[in-house]
Amino acid sequence: MAVAEDRRRVGTRLVILQVAAVIMFAALGICFWVLQIVQGTKYEEMAENNHQRTLSLRAPRGVLFDRNGKVLVENRNSFTVSIIREHTKDMNRTIGLLAKVTGVDEKQVKQIVDRHRGEPSYRPIVVIEDASLAQVAALSARRLDFELPDVRVEEVPTRKYPTDAMAAHLFGYVGEASDAQVEAGAAAQGSIIGQQGVERAYNRLLMGEDGAKRVVVNSTGREISTIDEIAPTEGRRVQLTLDYDLQKAAEEGFRRAGFNGAALIMDPRNGEVLTYVSLPSYDPNDFASGIDRTTWASLNTDKLKPLQNRVLQGRYSPGSTFKIVVATAALEEGLVTPDFKVNCPGGANFFGRYYKCHLKGGHGVVDMRHAIEKSCNVYFYTLGNMLGVDRIYKWAERLGLAGKTGIDLPNEQESIVPNTAWKQKRTGEKWYPGETISVSIGQGQVSVTPASLAEMITTVANGGTRVTPHVIKAIDEGQGWRPVPARAVADRVAFRPETLAALHDGLWMVVNANGTGGRARIMGRDVAGKTGTAQVISNEGKARAKGTGADLRDHGWFVFFAPKDNPELAGAIFAEHGEHGYLGAPIAKHVIETYFAKKDGQPLPKLPPLPGEAPPEQDPDTPGLLDDAVATVAVR
Amino acid sequence: MLGAILALCAIGLFQIYSATGGDGRHVTQMYGIAVGLVALVVCLTIDYRSLTDKSLFIYLAVVGLLIFVLFFGVVRGGSRRWIDLGPLNLQPSEFAKATLALVLAKFLGDSRRGAIMRGDLVIAGAIAAVPLLIIARQPDLGTAVTLIPVLFAVAFVAGMPMRIFGILAVVALLGAPIAYKFALQDYQRERVQTFLDPEADARGAGYQQLQARITTGSGGLWGKGFQKGTQGQLRFLPVAHNDFIFSVLAEEHGFAGVMVALGLYLFVILRSLESARLAKDRLGAYLVVGVLASFSFQVVYNIMMAAGLAPVKGLTLPLMSYGGSSMIATLAGFGLILNVRMRRFTN
Repeated sequence: MAVAEDRRRVGTRLVILQVAAVIMFAALGICFWVLQIVQGTKYEEMAENNHQRTLSLRAPRGVLFDRNGKVLVENRNSFTVSIIREHTKDMNRTIGLLAKVTGVDEKQVKQIVDRHRGEPSYRPIVVIEDASLAQVAALSARRLDFELPDVRVEEVPTRKYPTDAMAAHLFGYVGEASDAQVEAGAAAQGSIIGQQGVERAYNRLLMGEDGAKRVVVNSTGREISTIDEIAPTEGRRVQLTLDYDLQKAAEEGFRRAGFNGAALIMDPRNGEVLTYVSLPSYDPNDFASGIDRTTWASLNTDKLKPLQNRVLQGRYSPGSTFKIVVATAALEEGLVTPDFKVNCPGGANFFGRYYKCHLKGGHGVVDMRHAIEKSCNVYFYTLGNMLGVDRIYKWAERLGLAGKTGIDLPNEQESIVPNTAWKQKRTGEKWYPGETISVSIGQGQVSVTPASLAEMITTVANGGTRVTPHVIKAIDEGQGWRPVPARAVADRVAFRPETLAALHDGLWMVVNANGTGGRARIMGRDVAGKTGTAQVISNEGKARAKGTGADLRDHGWFVFFAPKDNPELAGAIFAEHGEHGYLGAPIAKHVIETYFAKKDGQPLPKLPPLPGEAPPEQDPDTPGLLDDAVATVAVR
Repeated sequence: MLGAILALCAIGLFQIYSATGGDGRHVTQMYGIAVGLVALVVCLTIDYRSLTDKSLFIYLAVVGLLIFVLFFGVVRGGSRRWIDLGPLNLQPSEFAKATLALVLAKFLGDSRRGAIMRGDLVIAGAIAAVPLLIIARQPDLGTAVTLIPVLFAVAFVAGMPMRIFGILAVVALLGAPIAYKFALQDYQRERVQTFLDPEADARGAGYQQLQARITTGSGGLWGKGFQKGTQGQLRFLPVAHNDFIFSVLAEEHGFAGVMVALGLYLFVILRSLESARLAKDRLGAYLVVGVLASFSFQVVYNIMMAAGLAPVKGLTLPLMSYGGSSMIATLAGFGLILNVRMRRFTN
């Protein structure tokens, strides 16, 4: 009986266990159903995120060519080393080991990583750009997968500029998009975009389209296989108007002359920029692979301002080159004819003050042509006084000297030519007629960029057509070169024939007769030009500033075109602290000679070996007539 | 029943092959199964009654081995669990389960009285506590804990009053926070915390649990196919061939595969309980229940872990996970169960 009861109890309890087992397994089944069927898609996505990565493939930027098809800027392959935090277990260890293996500064790597902390952890943080082969080898030897699974070495296309920093300011440079640029929607985070010059102005064309690669990675982040790949599209090939040989000639000229400065030389018939110089320069290659802090800091603190694009951003007093504007204004306004004569006794009185000419004994009686040739101050004081500042301004603007030239490059500064309204607005004071006297020889508050001065002489050279300077000639969008449509002409002034004749004759005489531009003379090429000197500081100020170490030597200008009739070249040479305008003339001469040699199929000229010290010449452009009140500190 | 067991072994074999990329471990597992089958046959041929008669010696031998391991065992992963036997590593704690079932069945089944007394329970508890504490010292808390269901299942079937179960449950509930605070190691506490909120630490301790859930969840209805599972194949899931073998199955064969495996396990369990019911004496019934208890507990716990529903614990899935000792011990255990079933009519 007891045994039977016992059996029954055991049986009951076993049935309870069986039921419990069934319930348990049913519950498990339901759990799996929820997990795999109901939430399956969610987990499928998570699994996909686990093992799939989309890597961006950087597109090579478009190659830049010169007008003759010579490659100017291209791409090379470089290695970047990046950290993918997603696979990092101990960031300090990774950074420490990475720094030790590659020999880079640990702190710097840390800073870079910290800067990108906010980004998604799967995005690689580039910590070494343009890694050396030794670094890459050292990292590979560390068996990336095991010791540094979160470090990736990648080959990326990198910009390659000419080695001698040629035309650096024209090309500009590239760099990682700044936060502001990303916010403005101009670029994606981490993308490399043009920051200056052509690289920036035509970034959209040059940038191309980054590709993408979807890969399968394992749990240590190692790539196992590629699922699919969208190849990057290379940026458009762009042909610049620049002429490599002329550019080289101009830069050689500056180097030979031994001063810094700027030059913009273009084809006066269409505004194509042939030469674009700003010195001192920087090496855009330093930027191509991410500029390091020390280089960046030294570029920024350099007193000579190598980053400044002097052609568009430097504003200087134009000096005697401004007399061309005054002459044009007086002739076109019909106030005088080219035969108008003024007697120069070495100075003249205006509004109760005596204004000197640079030639002590005076030029005697001069007409327009000779006044230009000799750069006679008294003659242009007289014209300026007759015109008044507003009419001078009007013609400066028509010739393209005031405001911006509209060149297709970023950050152009406005050139300033004063007028009564401008002064009223700026200082609240009215214009004093005496100020016009200084303005008429390009002193006072006239402050212009080398680009606008080149624009002015171009307009004079081609007879009144204000072409817009531009640097891009053709684009290859995959179907061969397609010329960029000519830039709209900003303005066209029909000069009176006698105005043009007088200006061209006078400017020709500057170079080919007894003027100051003799150093640009080329037999048979009829170079026309005008020198100018911009005082950095008045003579009195100069005396006071003696010993401060500041470079207070005057700037020199040479504006020119050639040949006199139907000119093919026109431009401005700015010689920073060159002291004399005529010192820019040999640079122009070398460029012009190179141009014609090339055109005629002759061997390109070489600069003659350095001549011995030439005796200093008396420079008629150095006025030495200003007091402190009107001195121009032209270097901004 | 033997068919279902072999089917589960075969599924496990395939998943080990898939998870290890066929590096030879599936062959080792085959040896394990073969040896296990021999052990099964051995356990089958000797009458369970004579086995239980010798249970005390077996028990003492296993306890001896456990103590030996504690001092001379091979250290792996921070705990001393193995005896190095050349190609095969022996894990005595695996055999402690069946041994405990044997000795408890003998002790409670031989009792003349109909219902068990409190004194019997205390002695039974002490019998279970000795190997449990030794194993916990290794430390191998997972295996140690599997001994508890053996005790309770046998006691339950032996007619332990429900009142005592209630009291123990209340004590356990009240004791849990205290144990959590004082008895657990830091890493164990961390595991519990991780379980409660795995995504708080998705790269650290919660990683395995989250990955387990992703692995299982991403399998869908039909799975990604044999050796096509990304989670297991690309090593997002650690020890995929061992503790997480069921996750791999779930990923590669989906809900359908899971249902087949669950069905097989349930069939084995129900069938075993049936054997217990049919057993001709209490001894046999208790033995079956004792062996089955640790098996079922491990199966359920491991499957929950595979689905990310339980904290990660180094518990293998009997019959499927990679591991020789576990396989041999499990199959030997089924040898005992079949033994009882086979001899239900004999006298």
